[in-house]
Amino acid sequence: MQEYDIVVIGGGPAGLAAAIEAKKNSAENILILERDRELGGILQQCIHNGFGLHVFSEELTGPEYAERFIDELLAMQIEYKLNTMVLTITEDKIIHAVNETDGYMTIKAKAIILAMGCRERSRGAITIPGTRPSGIFTAGAAQRYINMEGYMVGQKVVILGSGDIGLIMARRMTLEGANVLAVVEVLPFSGGLTRNIVQCLDDFNIPLYLSHTIINVKGNHRLEGVTIAKVDTNRKPIPGTEIDYECDTLLLSVGLIPENELTKTAGASIDPRTNGPVVNESMETSMKGIFACGNVVHVHDLVDFVTEESQRAGKSAAKYIQNQLIEDGACFMTCAKEGISYIVPQKVRVDNIQTNLELFMRVRNVYKNAKLVIKADDEIIKEISKKHLAPGEMEHIVLPLKKLVGKSFEYLTIEVKEEEV
Amino acid sequence: MKKHNLICINCPMGCHLEITETENGGWLVEGNQCARGTAYAIKELTSPTRVLSTTVKINNGALNRLPVRTNIAIPKEQIFEAMKIINKVVVDAPIKRGDIIVRNILETGADVIASRSMLR
Repeated sequence: MQEYDIVVIGGGPAGLAAAIEAKKNSAENILILERDRELGGILQQCIHNGFGLHVFSEELTGPEYAERFIDELLAMQIEYKLNTMVLTITEDKIIHAVNETDGYMTIKAKAIILAMGCRERSRGAITIPGTRPSGIFTAGAAQRYINMEGYMVGQKVVILGSGDIGLIMARRMTLEGANVLAVVEVLPFSGGLTRNIVQCLDDFNIPLYLSHTIINVKGNHRLEGVTIAKVDTNRKPIPGTEIDYECDTLLLSVGLIPENELTKTAGASIDPRTNGPVVNESMETSMKGIFACGNVVHVHDLVDFVTEESQRAGKSAAKYIQNQLIEDGACFMTCAKEGISYIVPQKVRVDNIQTNLELFMRVRNVYKNAKLVIKADDEIIKEISKKHLAPGEMEHIVLPLKKLVGKSFEYLTIEVKEEEV
Repeated sequence: MKKHNLICINCPMGCHLEITETENGGWLVEGNQCARGTAYAIKELTSPTRVLSTTVKINNGALNRLPVRTNIAIPKEQIFEAMKIINKVVVDAPIKRGDIIVRNILETGADVIASRSMLR
């Protein structure tokens, strides 16, 4: 059996940042296991710009952002294996994996960092009615075909779901000469970043139908058309509002799901709100010495925040193997209240915070002129006014350590309060 | 006074901007959280530009397509014309990130550059 201090599962933005940061914090003997043919993860197919504004103060494309970290990783001589599939992780941190050169292998790690990312929700998961012809893709699969493999997936396109990948693909398909007829969103607001609505839809006059869904799919071999309809507040189609589109391609951008099969085999608890592992301030899961970061924990909209979170996981894993993580002392849970769908981290051990506690969350609805109220049990410790809150835009709160020390409380709660006009 | 509403696209913050045309022909921009918001608003109302990112065909590369982008933003109305030129380009691996693929495209002053390195 091979032995490493830290094994990182996944060589995308989360895994790269975690491994580099672990090495910077004196961890040696690190290994990354990546199932794809190269490092960089999904960034390699995200050829649009807009990455890196927070981390590098520059606007990079996905591949450029990835390459900066890959270059740093190579310069630090951190070991990695490509085309390697991890099959299972045991509770005592033994990793079972397989690839074509090493065959089946077992690797013992002192600490593990889970950085497997997420995958797309597919047609089966949302039960669209109609036939099952070819021409229906998840938006990310189409992105990979067009941007990496060099296949154009179709010419007349309808996109279901207004998540960022769907919006980005609306522009991408248009630039490549396709006719994008509509983007259809079942919710009354878009799940994507506002800037993507402006520069991917408005720039090309692509209509966005909010509170609409697809009620029929037509075609036997290749997709021939879809029917959309407006939905009521219970998401039921309203008769008489149908619009028929003749199209050969349907892209689905209907959500991302953290990919946690391995997390479960390792015995770590899953938060049903994020679909990712429960983590603490050090990005450690409920299993001692198993850390997690990036989209496997919760789906981010900016890679910059994935990087920062993963650096925290990498640093913590390095501390863990050097016995520097503090396991006891003051501790509290975070708790999402009115208007908040989840908070990461779920648990905080105050003694491990150096200067600030960073909390990430999503709101449930679109709010204008609201405030985020943060309480330690019943005491309000901070209020933040927000002109604009939307579920598609992750909120990030920084709490200075001095707000948390010297008091004993069980729950840190966050809620949205709409300000009275 | 004429008012315009825009959403800043400089970064993913997506600030909601309110722009007022002042009587002396100037612009008053509100709602931005950094200086780039002001610059964006005035530019967007006078001569909008975008960074164009796409791919070109690559021979003997690790992948079939090489991602490229303009190194600076180009006028929005020239995007489809630029695509026509870029779509005719074929390059050979190896390529280094930042290599110029099309110099001064459409006389815009922008170069189309490789946005990743690609080995054979």
